[in-house]
Amino acid sequence: MSLAASALAYGHGSREVGCDIELAIRSGEVMALLGPNGHGKTTLLKTLLGLLPAKGGQLTLDSRALATFSIGERARVLGYVPQAHAGTFAFSVAEVVLMGRTAHGDLFSAPSARDRATTQAMLERLGIERLAQRPYTEISGGERQLVLIARALAQQPRYIVLDEPTASLDFGNQGKVMAQMRRLADEGLGVLFTTHDPNQALRYADRVMLLRDGRSLGSGPAAALLTSANLAALYGSVVETVRDADGRLAFLPG
Amino acid sequence: MTTSSTASCQAGTEPLRPSSLRGNLIALALLGGAVLAAFAVGRFPVGPGDIAQLLWSQLTGQPHGLDPRTEAVIWNIRGPRIASAVLIGAALAMAGAAFQGLFRNPLVSPDILGASTGAALGAVLGIFFSIGILGIQLAAFAGGLVAVGAVYAVGSTIRRGDPVLALVLTGVVIGSLLAAGIGLVKFWADPYNQLPAMTFWLLGSLNNHGSPIDLAVLAGPILLGTTVLMLLRWRMNVMSLPEEEARALGLNTAPIRLAIVAAATLVTSASVAAAGIIGWVGLVVPHLARFLVGPDFGRLLPTAALLGGGYLLIIDTITRTMSAAETPLGILTAVVGTPFFIWLLASSRGSWS
Repeated sequence: MSLAASALAYGHGSREVGCDIELAIRSGEVMALLGPNGHGKTTLLKTLLGLLPAKGGQLTLDSRALATFSIGERARVLGYVPQAHAGTFAFSVAEVVLMGRTAHGDLFSAPSARDRATTQAMLERLGIERLAQRPYTEISGGERQLVLIARALAQQPRYIVLDEPTASLDFGNQGKVMAQMRRLADEGLGVLFTTHDPNQALRYADRVMLLRDGRSLGSGPAAALLTSANLAALYGSVVETVRDADGRLAFLPG
Repeated sequence: MTTSSTASCQAGTEPLRPSSLRGNLIALALLGGAVLAAFAVGRFPVGPGDIAQLLWSQLTGQPHGLDPRTEAVIWNIRGPRIASAVLIGAALAMAGAAFQGLFRNPLVSPDILGASTGAALGAVLGIFFSIGILGIQLAAFAGGLVAVGAVYAVGSTIRRGDPVLALVLTGVVIGSLLAAGIGLVKFWADPYNQLPAMTFWLLGSLNNHGSPIDLAVLAGPILLGTTVLMLLRWRMNVMSLPEEEARALGLNTAPIRLAIVAAATLVTSASVAAAGIIGWVGLVVPHLARFLVGPDFGRLLPTAALLGGGYLLIIDTITRTMSAAETPLGILTAVVGTPFFIWLLASSRGSWS
């Protein structure tokens, strides 16, 4: 069971952003996508989610071409956690999470009791049930990120794709979100996330892919691929390595 | 490390939203009161007792014993006008709420895509060519549909960036072109006969809208459009998210957007054709409704309909009773509504978006 890309070319409009992508997100695994700003990470995520059409190559979801899935079918398999934004209207947190149930009802249906129960369960799973009635526009950035994860989980997907889930978070919330992702993979979901922090990838991801100029510089087990030499090539700058007494690694920007 | 106990600290506790039941009761009471008041005031007052008697006799088939003139006022004069005001107010408020969600902007009104301007151009052309009242209404209705159709066709061919933004910008640009057309027709118009008619029409009125036939012509498109909006109201929450998020949640956005735009345009064009341009209702009533029941469209749309209907009926009742010559509706909706809205804005602690 995987979301797999082979010789994938992607981009938006008439512009090709990247090509030759080989990638597989497997159930029960966390995969991290690392790369400099503006090198096509978000565009690749949107292509993997079927939100942008692939420009070439194959893209399959559980061995079936992704393009043959309807929008609703796709949403029941792939959950998307975009970068948190404030939103226009002051929906309550529960209402935002309830929107994750869209693909489980038909076009005209009101939310069912089951939809509400799933919403409540996801709020509890992420430990944010106390926020249920708060306006989404008034909670903190870290809380919003957890709400968007709960919304994606309410879709009851088999894979979840997160775009820089820790970008706007304080130190404590970064840890919480990363721990959640690990837990989701342990429960059997396939998880893909982008990050600017190689330490997160090293600590929480099973595998990583390094993306520069829309091409893969390499992908494989996190521990093998995340070296200061590879990171220096990826970001085009010096990366220092520190090691503690137990031999655990951490990277510092040079 | 010590943790301080903060029993008296209120930080982090949040007042609960007003319950939707209470909000809807308020809106319903406003509408009911407005209907009774609208029957009761005017040159020929009709009390609640008269209406009850008439309804009872309709239900049971017994004679009602009312003055036939009272019956005529209820069925043929005041009743249709009241129903028209309620229908138009409800429809404009629902269309406004739907468009504010669709365009993710609380400052949007139902005529953002040019429905009112197109209808107004149709109407002033109709007055210019003196094609009669029915012709003018048809021209206005067609003008609104054609204008938004053109905006949608042009906006959809723009494949760059956010489709919603492309649509709004196209609407604004084509809207100003149509406004230039209205200016030109007014410039050509006979300043003694046609120009006053155009001006009065552009400010909105239900003065010529009192017969059961007028009501039937109006009710068809409005019931059709509002039914579509009501059916789609649960999906409007997701439609108010950024395009790609909405699709990632499983919503096929393009056809739903087309359906909402078509339904809102249908009701706006029908309203403008019947009563001229009535501003304010579609812009501000959704905010009042949000204040009562919150932003969830499933609850918002019915409440907006009740409030919009009640509000426009109150305004129409004032316009026809406050002086011998009727004041235009479009003026009063703003004059009465603005201070009320500012007062609410200043005194409430609830959420406006």
